[in-house]
Amino acid sequence: MSTNQDWPLWEVFIAAKRGLSHKHVGSLHAADSEMALENARDVYTRRKEGESLWVVQSKYIFASNPEENDAFFEPAKNKVYRHPTFYELPDEVKKM
Amino acid sequence: MNNKAMLFDYVLHLADNQVIMAQRLSELCGHGPALEQDIAITNISLDLIGQARLLFQYAGKLDGRDEDQLAFLRDVHEFRNVLLVEQPNHDFAHVIVRQYLFDEFNFLNYQALCQSKDEDLAAIATKALMEVKYHRRFSRNWMLRLGDGTAISRQKMQDALNDLWSYPGEFFEMTGGEEILAKAGIAADVASMKPTWLANVTQTVKEASLVIPEGDWHQTGGKKGIHSEHLGHILAEMQFLQRAYPGQTW
Repeated sequence: MSTNQDWPLWEVFIAAKRGLSHKHVGSLHAADSEMALENARDVYTRRKEGESLWVVQSKYIFASNPEENDAFFEPAKNKVYRHPTFYELPDEVKKM
Repeated sequence: MNNKAMLFDYVLHLADNQVIMAQRLSELCGHGPALEQDIAITNISLDLIGQARLLFQYAGKLDGRDEDQLAFLRDVHEFRNVLLVEQPNHDFAHVIVRQYLFDEFNFLNYQALCQSKDEDLAAIATKALMEVKYHRRFSRNWMLRLGDGTAISRQKMQDALNDLWSYPGEFFEMTGGEEILAKAGIAADVASMKPTWLANVTQTVKEASLVIPEGDWHQTGGKKGIHSEHLGHILAEMQFLQRAYPGQTW
C-alpha cells in the first residue's frame, strides 16, 4: 500500500524549550493537520525533544534553488565587516 | 475476603486491563497501516505496559509475588481484565473503536482514582491520567476521521462498533470487594461513571456520523476470571518466555 499517494507530506519543527525558535527536524505523512501534529508528537518527541511543535505541509515551503547558490550566497562571503567581531566585549558580558 | 485480599484483587484488575490491552496493541508493531501509526500505537502500548508495571509492583507489595510472576505466571482464570481489551485486532476499525471505548473509560477511572485515599493508587493514577488523556485524543480523532471519512471507512467503523458494543457494559459492574473498597474511598465507583461515559461516547459517535447500536445486553465475566477464548492465546504468546525459561531476565 502506498501511503505516499494518499497522504500529503508534512515538515516538522520543534522548539526544545519555550522561547527558543522552532527547528526543522524532519518530515512525515498525514491526512490532515491534526493527524500531522499527533504523528509528529509520536515520531519526533518520544525522547523529550521539545515543548512545542509546528507542522506545515511541505508543498507550502518555497525553497531557494541550489543551482542559484552563487548569486544567492557567494556575495556575503567576502563581507566580513558584517560580522560583529570588531567590538571589544567587556568581561562582565558572558555567554556571547 | 479481608481488606488486603480485596485490594490485591482490585489492583490486579486495574493492572490486567492495561497489560492485556498493551499486549494486543503490541501485536501491531511492524504491522500498522503507516509507519507513523505504527509508532503511535506502539507508544500507547508502551505507556500501558508502564502503567501495568506500577500496578503489578504495588499488587506485589500486598501479595509477596514480584511483577513478573504476576504478569507471566498466572493462568487465564486468574486474570481480572475486562473482556473488551482481549478482543482481537480484526481490522484497523476494530482496533480504533476498541481503543476509543476503553480510553474513555480508562480516563474516567484514573480521574476518579486520583482522589483515592490509597496514596499509592492515587500517585499511579495521577501519572497515568496524562498518558491516557493523549490516548483518548488519538483514538477519538481516528473515530472522527474514519467514521466521517469515505463510505467504506464509515461502514467498517459502524461494523466494528456493532461488534464491540456488547463489551463496555462490563466496565461499570462492580464486584463485592470493589463496592466495599469504593465505599471506603479507595476504589473508583465505576457504576456511577456510566452516564458520563455514555454521554462522551455518544457525542463522539454522533460527530463521527456513526450510530450507537441498539440493545442494552452486555457481556460479562472478565472481572471474575471468566474470559473469552482469546485470552488463552494472548497469554500463550505473552508468557512463553517465562514459562519456557523460568526466572529468565534481560
